[in-house]
Amino acid sequence: MDLIFEGIKKALWLLITFDPEVMSITFLSLQVSGLATLISLLIGISIGTTVALSKFPGRGIVVSLINTGMGLPPVVVGLFVTIFLWRNGPLGFLGVLYTPGAMIIAQTVIATPIVMGITLAAIQQLPQKLRLQILALGATRIQMVWILIREARLPLLAAVMAGFGGVISEVGASIMVGGNIKGYSRVLTTATVMETSRGNFEIAIALGIILLLLAYFINLILTQIQQRERPR
Amino acid sequence: MTEFGIRNSECRMQEYKPILEARNLEVERGGTVILNIPSLSIQQGEILSLIGPNGAGKTTLLQTLCYLLKPFRGELSFRGERVNVNHSAFAYRRKLAMVFQEPLLFDTTVFENVASGLKIRGMKWQDIHRITTEQLDRFGIGHLSHRSARKISGGEAQRTSLARAFALQPKVLLLDEPFASLDPPSRESLIEDLEGILRQTQTTTLFATHDRQEALRLSDRIAVMNNGKILQIGSPEEVMNHPVDEFVASFVGVETILTGDVIRKSGGTFIASVSKHEIEAVGEAQIGEEVVLGIRPEHVTLAADSSREMTSARNLFPAKIEKIVSLGLYQKVQLDCGFPLVAYVTHHSIESLSLGEGKAVMASFKATAIHVIRRKIPSPVPNVV
Repeated sequence: MDLIFEGIKKALWLLITFDPEVMSITFLSLQVSGLATLISLLIGISIGTTVALSKFPGRGIVVSLINTGMGLPPVVVGLFVTIFLWRNGPLGFLGVLYTPGAMIIAQTVIATPIVMGITLAAIQQLPQKLRLQILALGATRIQMVWILIREARLPLLAAVMAGFGGVISEVGASIMVGGNIKGYSRVLTTATVMETSRGNFEIAIALGIILLLLAYFINLILTQIQQRERPR
Repeated sequence: MTEFGIRNSECRMQEYKPILEARNLEVERGGTVILNIPSLSIQQGEILSLIGPNGAGKTTLLQTLCYLLKPFRGELSFRGERVNVNHSAFAYRRKLAMVFQEPLLFDTTVFENVASGLKIRGMKWQDIHRITTEQLDRFGIGHLSHRSARKISGGEAQRTSLARAFALQPKVLLLDEPFASLDPPSRESLIEDLEGILRQTQTTTLFATHDRQEALRLSDRIAVMNNGKILQIGSPEEVMNHPVDEFVASFVGVETILTGDVIRKSGGTFIASVSKHEIEAVGEAQIGEEVVLGIRPEHVTLAADSSREMTSARNLFPAKIEKIVSLGLYQKVQLDCGFPLVAYVTHHSIESLSLGEGKAVMASFKATAIHVIRRKIPSPVPNVV
């Protein structure tokens, strides 16, 4: 019990004093996961919408692949991203392995199918005839797609939360492609793993609390938007 | 721009200026032809009803005319010019507006919904605001302006959907059974308002319905559809009184439909002049108003001698029998009284009155047996836009 109490005391201390190391780790976590979520939104929403609105042979296979991708194990992603970025791998020339860039790539790979799957479902659950109505109002194809995305904005906010929640709490891929280098590619999750393995439970608890608070506040903000948006 | 004015019965059918024409339209789904329209021409300013059972192809025809469905073959012309949709179908669709059976509103306020078509056209905010406000008032939903479209009743939602279409000042308005999913009271009040607005704005309208009452009330012409084909197209009187085949006859019903102008009225009844004959009917109507009268064949009585004996039937006309058709248990007698009339009589009556084609008889029916359909008189509502 002492352990947890000490951990919480230490965590509060680190937070109150704006401990530079903790701050830089937190900031990097936000940066990497925020950017990865943003990129995954761009890719996921556009492909998800395209698949939702089109008919082509083998569509069922594509949809089930996307849905499977929503549960992609981070370590598997970490493994393949590492292989691709390895010095003599296909993308080795980029020289980004063990950098925050590599972590963004890996986290994007994890978050994109999540966003894509939710987008797909969100667009598909809109009434079929809504598309016809939008076109009948004189919309161009691009205007139609834009209006549909706007109509699905509430479930799409869920996609943002699920995508961000998935990558900020992910550790396997980050540690494999980022390397957990102090002051460079160390994020909240990788630091927690390391401190725990070293037996520095106080710091590990402190980092864990920060991670929880972070996830909580970001979801709180998004939920607020979602609930305010919900028509009265 | 649509011109606004009062439509009157004399000029109604005289504006023979086709605005939208379809030739050899064919739509296929899964290898079967679901729509086959050799030719259809919609006149400027008319209200053309498409009636037919579910699956007759009404929706398919409307969607094809709006180019929401690609025809397998055939072509469309708008004001005599062939519609070329290869590059910009949206430019053609912007001349039209379509309202579906479901309101299909966007997840935003009523105001934003009505404004949406104008926003799509990139109109200036001041204009959007002005037109939207006018349409909200016109459809009696101004007080709902800031309400969420998810929190209004079915009738209010369909009003919003209609206001959204009218805001676009369409050259042709396509209505796909817009009242079908409404409860009777909101349906009745919406039909009444829409009728007034259509007559006032003289918007060319294609109106799909499976309700012959609605069709009779609103239309200048009626087209009866089945199995993707138009079986008959013509004035309500033509279609109702002279159905081309059994299907049309069974679908449009068996009533004799007459149009007349009210010339006198007294205590609960009125006299309408139909082809210079005076018919008395029970009901409310204004003098000078055009009314549609429906008379069911079982309510018509025939008498052999032409002496005017006293009867409680207020309407008694000398008639000539044009045709007698056996319908099994009874016979259908088509009469010419100066206006067409159909009577059902038993085989026994045919024999005892020795009825035959060409014979002169007296036909009578009660004023209470007439089903009166009133067309809305355009009221002087302030014009919009």
